[in-house]
Amino acid sequence: MRLWHLLVIAMLRVGGAIAQPVDTALPEAVAQFGPADAPALLLRSTTDIAVLEPAITAFVGANPGVAVTYEQWGSNALYDRARAECMAGTGGADALFSSAVDQLVELVNLGCAQPHRSATTSALPAARRWRDELWGVTREPAVIVYNTRLVPPGDVPTSRFDLLDLLRRADQRYAGRVATYDVEASGLGYLFAFVDSLEATTFGALLEGFGRSGAIATCCSAEIIQGVSQGRYLIAYNVLGSYADSAAAPDVARVWPADYTLVLSRGYMIPRAAAHPVAAAALLDFLLSTQGQAILAASGLVAEGGAAQAGAHDTSARPIRIAPALLVARDQQKRAQFIRRWRETFPNGQGG
Amino acid sequence: MVEAVHATPRSLRLRVAMGVLSLLSVGGIVVALASFAYGRQAAREAYDRLLVGAANDIAEAIAVIDGVPVVDLPVSAFDLLALAPDDRISYSVRGPGGVLLTGYDQPVPGSISAAGQGFFDSTFGGERARFVTVPRRFAERDFSGTLLVTVGQTLNARNAMALGLTRDALVVAGLAGLALLGFAFWVIDRAMRPLSDIARDLAGRDPHDLTPMDTAVPAEMAVMVAAMNGFMRRLERQITAMRNLISDTAHQLRTPVAALRVQAELAAEEPDPAKTRQMLDRIAGRSRSLGDLLDQMLSRALVIHRTDSARRVVLDLRDIALEVIERRDHELVAPGREVVLQIGDAPVLVLADELSLSEAAKNLLGNALRHGAGRVQVGAGVEAGQAVLWVRDAGPGPDAQTLARIGQRFERNAASRGQSAGLGLSIARAVADAFGGRLALEPGADGFRAALILPQAEAGT
Repeated sequence: MRLWHLLVIAMLRVGGAIAQPVDTALPEAVAQFGPADAPALLLRSTTDIAVLEPAITAFVGANPGVAVTYEQWGSNALYDRARAECMAGTGGADALFSSAVDQLVELVNLGCAQPHRSATTSALPAARRWRDELWGVTREPAVIVYNTRLVPPGDVPTSRFDLLDLLRRADQRYAGRVATYDVEASGLGYLFAFVDSLEATTFGALLEGFGRSGAIATCCSAEIIQGVSQGRYLIAYNVLGSYADSAAAPDVARVWPADYTLVLSRGYMIPRAAAHPVAAAALLDFLLSTQGQAILAASGLVAEGGAAQAGAHDTSARPIRIAPALLVARDQQKRAQFIRRWRETFPNGQGG
Repeated sequence: MVEAVHATPRSLRLRVAMGVLSLLSVGGIVVALASFAYGRQAAREAYDRLLVGAANDIAEAIAVIDGVPVVDLPVSAFDLLALAPDDRISYSVRGPGGVLLTGYDQPVPGSISAAGQGFFDSTFGGERARFVTVPRRFAERDFSGTLLVTVGQTLNARNAMALGLTRDALVVAGLAGLALLGFAFWVIDRAMRPLSDIARDLAGRDPHDLTPMDTAVPAEMAVMVAAMNGFMRRLERQITAMRNLISDTAHQLRTPVAALRVQAELAAEEPDPAKTRQMLDRIAGRSRSLGDLLDQMLSRALVIHRTDSARRVVLDLRDIALEVIERRDHELVAPGREVVLQIGDAPVLVLADELSLSEAAKNLLGNALRHGAGRVQVGAGVEAGQAVLWVRDAGPGPDAQTLARIGQRFERNAASRGQSAGLGLSIARAVADAFGGRLALEPGADGFRAALILPQAEAGT
């Protein structure tokens, strides 16, 4: 079943191929899976097409009557588009798959989703589903990555406390060589930083350490990992582990922080006005099935044995709960305060 | 079809089951409505407290920084609201003039904004939701005014709780109903057990055993057992009377019939016509008295039968006395004897059977004619509050020995002599007994009186 053909259309794609009634934002890339004449399920995702390609291919292979149109979006554009469509009540995507679960929680909270219940969704732990309208499909840790060539084994930080000690070191070896997400530029970085601020008091000390040592706040997982690989940065904090895997960067190693490791589940949601809700539910059930999870694990999206990898106590893996508490992260004022605090730490942090 | 259904006896158990089930279904509806109302009330109060808690939590987190109110939205408020895990949350913080500081632009009713606080129902994202507004007042140098914190939640958890409470109440009601049904069946079983005991007792009885049944049964059933025992008593009396009749008849008829036969045989062999003639006269006389005896025995059997079975009516004893005389039987039995009726103007009422009383009166009169002497008087009247029907003759009456014996059921000597004084009196006594009275035999200076003394009846009963 190699019927799918991949059409990667760059951001320069000329409008008109797909009607866009709500706004003029465009997907970063589009791919078509399955038979061309079958009704196509429109999946909007923040995940790179290449990462999800094996899973989607297996899905259309197992369901011959279904095709999937895969649109890859930035998380903020995806959220804006979905919210606008929901408020207008017009049909758009049949399924949303985003790493910015706080955005999806808000969409569900606004009543933009429709429920689906099956044996596989019911088997999910409570932390990975809400209202039977939003489900956490993957399991990806926020890790510390470092350059294996440039960081001596004795310096490898196994926890936030180790990282803090490195930042405070008198020899300034790591000054300006530690990177993390810019919370303003990266939705995922904001989510991780926000949950960090809730999890432990270490966050305040870390921010202070970042500020003193002149750490770099920059955008985008791929860029950070590339920087670590090339030796521009020695260590990066709170990088999504799946990117560290799939980027296949040389000289990069991961550490699950032993004090605690945030584990992100990418959210899957079926919009209320979806044109193909049955197919969207079938895709969800497939992704959550044993086969689907195995394929996702092979793509690095489902990490196993967090505690074992962290080599620490069992409670070190802390899933980011898909729950209304994430609405706090979406609050305008809360966000503004958080970013102001961040700015105070990284006065020149406009990474590039 | 309908008749067939009616003909089928309905089981008591089925009736009770139907009754209990209809009670349960009506009760179930009432319980369901009541518990749903109660459950909604309880759920509303419980979850309203969550809303207030969360709203206060948020209100506490507002601070005025550089003259501007800033909301540091607390996660704890949302964790509190997440106790209703599947409900969507709306929140807003509004400054003076209703300006939205943060949260969703959910309209707040004017009455609530005016009052500064209160609960209200509205919709959120197309779903019904419950809201609360609490105030937070500031009186700082650089900011003064009231902020309104509004928190709302959809109703899933409330409805689930109300339905859960309703379901629990219905389960309890259902279980109670089942227990009630079982208990009712048990009680019916217990209550009906004496009936089957009685049935078994009756089925196992010897046909001749007419002794009363055990009356150690519940009061409701004692009525029936008493009636059945009464019925058996009457049956036994009848059977005894019949048995007596048969044995009396056999006993009393055997001797005179044998004598008749002997005399008839003698007459057949007698060559002398004159003697034959004489013998035939004697045979005729004997046959006549045998006929009288038979009449009396049958009438006695009739009387005994009727006193048990005939309906009792109010009678005037004067009518009985009059009727006995008007039948003029005495002119055949004792031609030439004077028979006088003696009655007053007032009615003499009793509750009895007319035929039995007539038979008794006839026998008393017959006795007086046969065994008494002189003028015979027949009368009726009220004496000492009791109704009396009497026959008096001018003779001295029987001697004391006979008097003591007389009136027994079976008076052999009288019968074997072909006379039936004893039998006649025994009929009168049986009648008197049957109607709650007695037979008085009173020898006196002006003759012998035989009186039937009965309780007086009220007119019209």
